[in-house]
Amino acid sequence: MMKLKELEGYLQGVESFDKPKISLEQYETPSHIASRMVHTIQSSFGDLEGKTVADLGCGCGMLTVGAALLGAGVCFGFDIDADALSICQGNVEEILESPSVELLQADVKTLGSSACRFYKFFDTVILNPPFGTKNNQGTDIEFLKVALSLARTAVYSLHKTVTRAHITKKAEDWGVKMQVMAQLRYNLDSSYKFHKKKSVDIEVDFIRFSKK
Amino acid sequence: MKLITHNMLTSKAIKNVKEGFPLRIQADEVRNVDIEFDREFISRMIPKLDWNALIFAAQCVGHQEDLPETLPEGYDNDDELLKKLHHILLEVEVINGCLECPETHRKFPISNGIPNMLLNEDEV
Repeated sequence: MMKLKELEGYLQGVESFDKPKISLEQYETPSHIASRMVHTIQSSFGDLEGKTVADLGCGCGMLTVGAALLGAGVCFGFDIDADALSICQGNVEEILESPSVELLQADVKTLGSSACRFYKFFDTVILNPPFGTKNNQGTDIEFLKVALSLARTAVYSLHKTVTRAHITKKAEDWGVKMQVMAQLRYNLDSSYKFHKKKSVDIEVDFIRFSKK
Repeated sequence: MKLITHNMLTSKAIKNVKEGFPLRIQADEVRNVDIEFDREFISRMIPKLDWNALIFAAQCVGHQEDLPETLPEGYDNDDELLKKLHHILLEVEVINGCLECPETHRKFPISNGIPNMLLNEDEV
């Protein structure tokens, strides 16, 4: 398995959004965090190598590229935004030698029905959802629910630590097991003009959801 | 777009569409890529697929490669078949073209290898 340092080195080469869109809450998962996430998913649970993986709201592909580097059989990146997917495509071609990656332009929120052929198609679903803080409350929960409907084994997601009690309640309602793997300090730099301070630190939980 | 993806896509979300599957592929540009053969991965993937849709997709892009009409028993011990399927499912990529709904003929464009499955509000 690829060493963490090497993985992080590759992910540092992932190009970010040209002009992030506020309505879609586009911000890049930092390579420091993404590399640790995917490394843990593979080293602790073996949930990437040779697996069918989805990345919901893949954006520029930080997690998709990370999953592919750790040997995902195929990784599907879903995003609603053509501009982000185009950057993602560039990253896939630039960084991966044998890109077993598929990109699809689709609205993640529409993938959740059992009529969707992707229902329970993936072994593993990873996501860094929009946190749903800017006039679109609950988006992270909506994404998480879709992720759970697509995954057979496990879902790995990031959520604001302040929402942990709420997420715990949801996991109970849905009958899924929830493990907080790590609490991270997530540095949102001033990608948007309305961020007054130069950079904002927020606390984020890295969570694994699986069957009970 | 790889053909494995075609097997999972439908246009069922369109108003009044019953199945929306399989979508017809119109391939204007097709490319072959090299992907490492992973026998276990392919064997595990096959039972999840709709075989008829796979044959249809392969025909659409001119890569039928004498696939059997039905999935033979003991396919997981047939290396030749697994390699053929690996190629068709993962290595053949539609770069430009479109996917067409079999019922409404609504077209979903594929550009730069990425299918656009988004629908307008008045279509759902």
